[in-house]
Amino acid sequence: MNGPGGVRPAYAMLAKWLEATPREVIDYRRREAEFIFRRIGITFAVYGNAEAQERLIPFDIIPRILMADEWKKLAKGLEQRVTAINHYLKDIYGKREIMRAGKVPEDLIFENPVFRPEMNGKPVPHNIYVHIAGIDVVRVNENDFYVLEDNTRVPSGVSYMLENREIMLRLFPELFIDHRVEPVDNYPDELLTTLKSVAPVSSSGEPNVVLLTPGIYNSAYYEHSFLADKLGIEIVEGRDLFVKSNILYMRTTEGPQRVDVIYRRVDDDYLDPLVFRPDSSLGVPGLMSAYQAGNVTLANAVGTGVADDKAVYSYMPEIVKFYLGEEPLLKNVETWRCREKDHLKYVLDNIDELVVKEVHGSGGYGMLIGPKADKNQIDTFRHKLKTDPRNYIAQPTLALSTCPTAVNEGVAPRHVDLRPFVLTGRNRVRIVPGGLTRVALEKGSLVVNSSQGGGTKDTWVLDR
Amino acid sequence: MRIRIVHETLYRYDTPAKSAIQLLRMTPRNHDSQYVVRWRVDVSEDCRLDQREDAFGNLTHSFTLDGPISELRIGVDGEVETQDTAGVIRGTVERFPASLYLRETDLTKPDDAIVEFAEKIGKRKGASLEKLHRLNASIFEGFTFLPNETDTKTTAAESFAMKSGVCQDYSHVFVASARHLGIPARYVGGYFLRGDGMNQQQAGHAWSEAYLDDLGWVAFDPANGIAATDAHIRVAIGLDYMGAAPVRGVRFGGTGEKLSVNVNLDQSSRQSQS
Repeated sequence: MNGPGGVRPAYAMLAKWLEATPREVIDYRRREAEFIFRRIGITFAVYGNAEAQERLIPFDIIPRILMADEWKKLAKGLEQRVTAINHYLKDIYGKREIMRAGKVPEDLIFENPVFRPEMNGKPVPHNIYVHIAGIDVVRVNENDFYVLEDNTRVPSGVSYMLENREIMLRLFPELFIDHRVEPVDNYPDELLTTLKSVAPVSSSGEPNVVLLTPGIYNSAYYEHSFLADKLGIEIVEGRDLFVKSNILYMRTTEGPQRVDVIYRRVDDDYLDPLVFRPDSSLGVPGLMSAYQAGNVTLANAVGTGVADDKAVYSYMPEIVKFYLGEEPLLKNVETWRCREKDHLKYVLDNIDELVVKEVHGSGGYGMLIGPKADKNQIDTFRHKLKTDPRNYIAQPTLALSTCPTAVNEGVAPRHVDLRPFVLTGRNRVRIVPGGLTRVALEKGSLVVNSSQGGGTKDTWVLDR
Repeated sequence: MRIRIVHETLYRYDTPAKSAIQLLRMTPRNHDSQYVVRWRVDVSEDCRLDQREDAFGNLTHSFTLDGPISELRIGVDGEVETQDTAGVIRGTVERFPASLYLRETDLTKPDDAIVEFAEKIGKRKGASLEKLHRLNASIFEGFTFLPNETDTKTTAAESFAMKSGVCQDYSHVFVASARHLGIPARYVGGYFLRGDGMNQQQAGHAWSEAYLDDLGWVAFDPANGIAATDAHIRVAIGLDYMGAAPVRGVRFGGTGEKLSVNVNLDQSSRQSQS
């Protein structure tokens, strides 16, 4: 929305509908949506919250709407960004040209726990590291999207994008008559095509793709089984796989079957007890040898965390320019790197106006929102910043755009972000129009993470 | 000095294992003060040994075995010609700038006690080299060598609290302390020919290397309180034990594993002694 009074053209029709629809109907549909979500069993485990181990992510029935040309611009920027990230990772684990050129400091990479020495000098199939990226963007004005975070390890949330649409189609078929909304239900096909396209050259015939999950206790297990089902591929755990003579096999009732591509939802640390954490039973012993022999593709590759680390984030505009020779289409939020003395000083002097984040934190944990923090919290962070500056970055609080959202008091503006999913295959990048819109349900809140009480919305990209 | 190494690792199972997979780091490479005259790695069962280089430039062999396996023997037999360079190690295979070896790992994360210990040494006057010698000596003098008290999962902090452990633990404490002082340091696994004629050993040896701008990598052996000499045979390096472990493996099925390790070192040719 354009603040109070003004309605973006994208929302014109929806606004009319909201006006014409009685409150009770909207409330009723809201409850219906919640009922359906409960019945399908989409829940989300919140870490560090014993009372609510599994809970529902609140779903808001009012969609977030983007016009076709807005989306086109965003999609171009996403493709550019992810393409640059793939060049960057190939370089970081290969020739290290960007470090030699002095654009990214060596210690930021080599001393970074998410840089995986094990990947150094080992090519990956088709030179693609990030096959699936979830780029979190926010909009701060009419024209500009800012990237908040590049999620290049195992981004989750795409099942919500798909489920949210299904529920909207069910509950509000009439809205889809008025609005020509780009479909998202081709995402599983696009993902499978992408994954098959990156099979190792040595694999023969139709590539065998499996989804590797840490198991039913993982917070995203629902999504894992949902996606495996939609893709029509096997969902496996580490114990279902084994490596022999550097070839990866899946145990089946008809004997071992070779696996060519793993869509892995297991973190690097747990992938192979012979190379990473020796106590991991979630991975496959010998997987890294098979991977480095070029006999299996991991999607995403190992070691991609060195692209989405919050300290590396601040170099992303440089990274785009360095590899593509283009100006970045998506903006970066101004970021102070506390590892640099003058930046640290600025952050300490202005801490009450800034958002301070842990370099390796995620899910909204371990951060300080200056304007909302009390003196105690600020003092704690000052201390943390002084003792371990390298672990922190700081950013200004952004005036995030808001979207009309159904809340208890009726319909009110709430802050939103958007996570589109960018798929990179052998020959091309695919982006399903839309993504996962997350909404901060508390009035004025800027934290949209589902672990911190955020909700989701369906995201509509109109076809004109 | 020319040293012959015979190293046998034997696994026995009460009920046979169904299959096993192992990654070995048991093959030394040449550097300026170490020349590998001959080296053989043999696995008792019929399998293909796949040789590669790992992230840190170590030679690895991996193999998979189908069972039933009731006994698995890994035999190493080789001869190495060494020179004493007062611990200065040159001509090694390096895949990263030295600063990579400032990375903390689970096994080498310093706790408050190690931080205090390291900073006390760091505050003393003198060059980094002297501080490293001091660190080496402090660990040697302050620790009691106790086999069987610690295992491969023991962290530097745990061993530091007990002030005891085996060479592995000594090395972890050294590495954790040096890194805390901003000096790149790494774990070294290999063999040590003891001066007391105890040539039969139950395990290999472990020590550390630290990087100094003027000298490059210098090897310290805190378990013996010395810089490495021509009695040290350098096999593998890593950020900690996990990165240089001679064997990392997983076995499926089988129970009652009994592991015995026999290392036999011998000075094989007295003529070459300098």
